[in-house]
Amino acid sequence: MNTTEPIVSVKNVTKKYNEITAVDDISFDVKKGELFALLGPNGAGKSTTIGMLTTLLKPTSGTMLLNGFNVAKNQDDVRKSFGIVFQDPSVDIELTADENMELHAAFYGLSPKTVAQRIEDLLTLVELWNRRDTLVKHFSGGMKRRLEIARGLLHHPHILFLDEPTLGLDAQTRNLLWEYVKKMNKNEGMTVFFTTHYLEEAEAVAERIAVMDHGKIIAMGSSQQLKKLTNSSSLEQAYLNLTGKTVRDENSGSGEEWRARHRARNMR
Amino acid sequence: MRVMYILWLRQLKRFVRARSRMVSTVGQPLLLLLALGYGLGSVYKRAGHGDYLHFLVPGIMAQTVLLSAMFYGAMIMFDRQFGFLKETLVAPVSRIKIMLGGALGGATTALIQGVMVFIIALLLGFRPLHWGLVIVAFLILAILAIAIASFSSGIGSFVQDMQGFQAINQLLVFPLYFLSGALYPLSGVPTWLRIIADVNPMSYAVDAMRDVLIGQTNFGLTKDFVVLIAITIVLVSFGAYRFKHIQV
Repeated sequence: MNTTEPIVSVKNVTKKYNEITAVDDISFDVKKGELFALLGPNGAGKSTTIGMLTTLLKPTSGTMLLNGFNVAKNQDDVRKSFGIVFQDPSVDIELTADENMELHAAFYGLSPKTVAQRIEDLLTLVELWNRRDTLVKHFSGGMKRRLEIARGLLHHPHILFLDEPTLGLDAQTRNLLWEYVKKMNKNEGMTVFFTTHYLEEAEAVAERIAVMDHGKIIAMGSSQQLKKLTNSSSLEQAYLNLTGKTVRDENSGSGEEWRARHRARNMR
Repeated sequence: MRVMYILWLRQLKRFVRARSRMVSTVGQPLLLLLALGYGLGSVYKRAGHGDYLHFLVPGIMAQTVLLSAMFYGAMIMFDRQFGFLKETLVAPVSRIKIMLGGALGGATTALIQGVMVFIIALLLGFRPLHWGLVIVAFLILAILAIAIASFSSGIGSFVQDMQGFQAINQLLVFPLYFLSGALYPLSGVPTWLRIIADVNPMSYAVDAMRDVLIGQTNFGLTKDFVVLIAITIVLVSFGAYRFKHIQV
C-alpha cells in the first residue's frame, strides 16, 4: 500500500435528513498515522460524519475512501480497517469483559487461539485484566470506556475513531485513556480520529484539527495555525472566534433528533 | 458460522443469567394450566369432552414458545437502547448471519421454556398418547420458535420502545393465540370464529401439537406441517429483510 496515500479521503460529502442538511458538502483528508481531531458545537455534524465513515449512515452524495476502500462499495473491507469507540456505551452489559472481547474477535474473524494473548495484553493495558470475568453491568462508566477502547483495538485497526471518548470521565481516567491511545498510535502507527468538547485535549493530543459548524468544515490546521488564523492566544479562544459564542440548542440540531424524525417518518 | 454460534451462545448466556425471566415465562403458563385446567375442567367434562387439562397442555406449550420467542425482538430493541447494536452493525459480518444467529438463540431459549412447561404438565398428571411422539412435538415447537423469533427480529428492527412492542403483542400476538383453538376445541365454534382459526397460522401449530401429543386434530398433521413450514419461510424472510434495513 502506498504510504503517502491518505487513510481517510472525503470528497464533497453531504448528508440530508429530509429537508435538514446535517453535513454540507465537506471534503478533507486524514494522513496515515495522524492524530486528527474534529471539533464543533453540538449538532455541527461531527457524529454524522463519523457515522458515514463507519458505514452506519449512507451519505446523500459524495464519495469517501477509508484505507483505500470505497466506503459505499467495499463495506466489509472498510469495517475491518477501523475500530470505533462510540459516544454512548456499546458493550453488552449482561456479558463479562472477556466475553465482550471474544464476541468482538468472532465478529472480526479472529480465531480464539491466536486472539487470547492479544485480549490479555489489551485488558492488561487498560487495567481490566483482573476484572475480566466480571459482568460489565457492574463496571463504572470509566471502566466501560476502557473496555471499549481495548475492544476497538482488538482487531489491529488501521484507524481508530473516538467519538467524545472522555465525556463524563474523571481527569485520571481521561489522562490514562489518552496515554493508551498515544501509545497505540506510536507503537502500531494507528491513525486516530477523534471528537471532543475538551479543547485542551485537542490541543494536547491532535496534530491536526478540523473545526466543523452547521455541517461545514470552517477551518483546519494545527492548533498553532488555528490560533494564528484567528489572532487568538489559546485554542479555546480560536474555537470561540470561529464558531461564535451563541449556545446551541442541544436537541434541535443534533443528528440524534434528525434520525428520530427520519425513523418516525419511515414508520408512518 | 462462528459468528452465528457466538451470537446464539450470547442469547443462551443471557437467558441463564436472567433467572427472573425464566420464572416469569414459565410462571404464566403454569397459572393458566392450574386456573383453566382445574377451573374449567369440570365444565369441560360435563360437556362430554373429557379431560380439559389434557386438552390444554399442547396449546399452552405452543403459547409459551410463542410469547417467549416474541420476547427476542425486545432483546434487539434493548440492544439498540444499550448501544450494543452499533457494535454489531459496524462489524464485517453480513446482517443475515447476525439476525439468524440471534434469532436461533432466541428460538432455543423459547424451546427450553416450552420443554419446561411440558415437564410441569407431567407433574400435574399430563400423559402423552405416545411417548415416542414427544420428540415430534418438540420439533414442532422448534419450528414455531424459529418462525416467531425471526418475526420478532423483524419487529424489533423498527419498533423503538417497549410500548410499541407491547402494542404489537396486544394487537397481533394475543389475538393470534386466543383465536387459534389453543384454549377450546374448534369443532362447534361459530362459523366466523372457525374462519378466523382457519386462516390463523398459529392454529396449525397448536393443531399439530395436539395431534402428536393427544391424538386430536382438525386439519391433519400433513396440512399442519405444510402451513407451519410455509409460514416459517415467510417469517424468516421478513425478519432477514427488516434486519437488513435496520437503522441505529
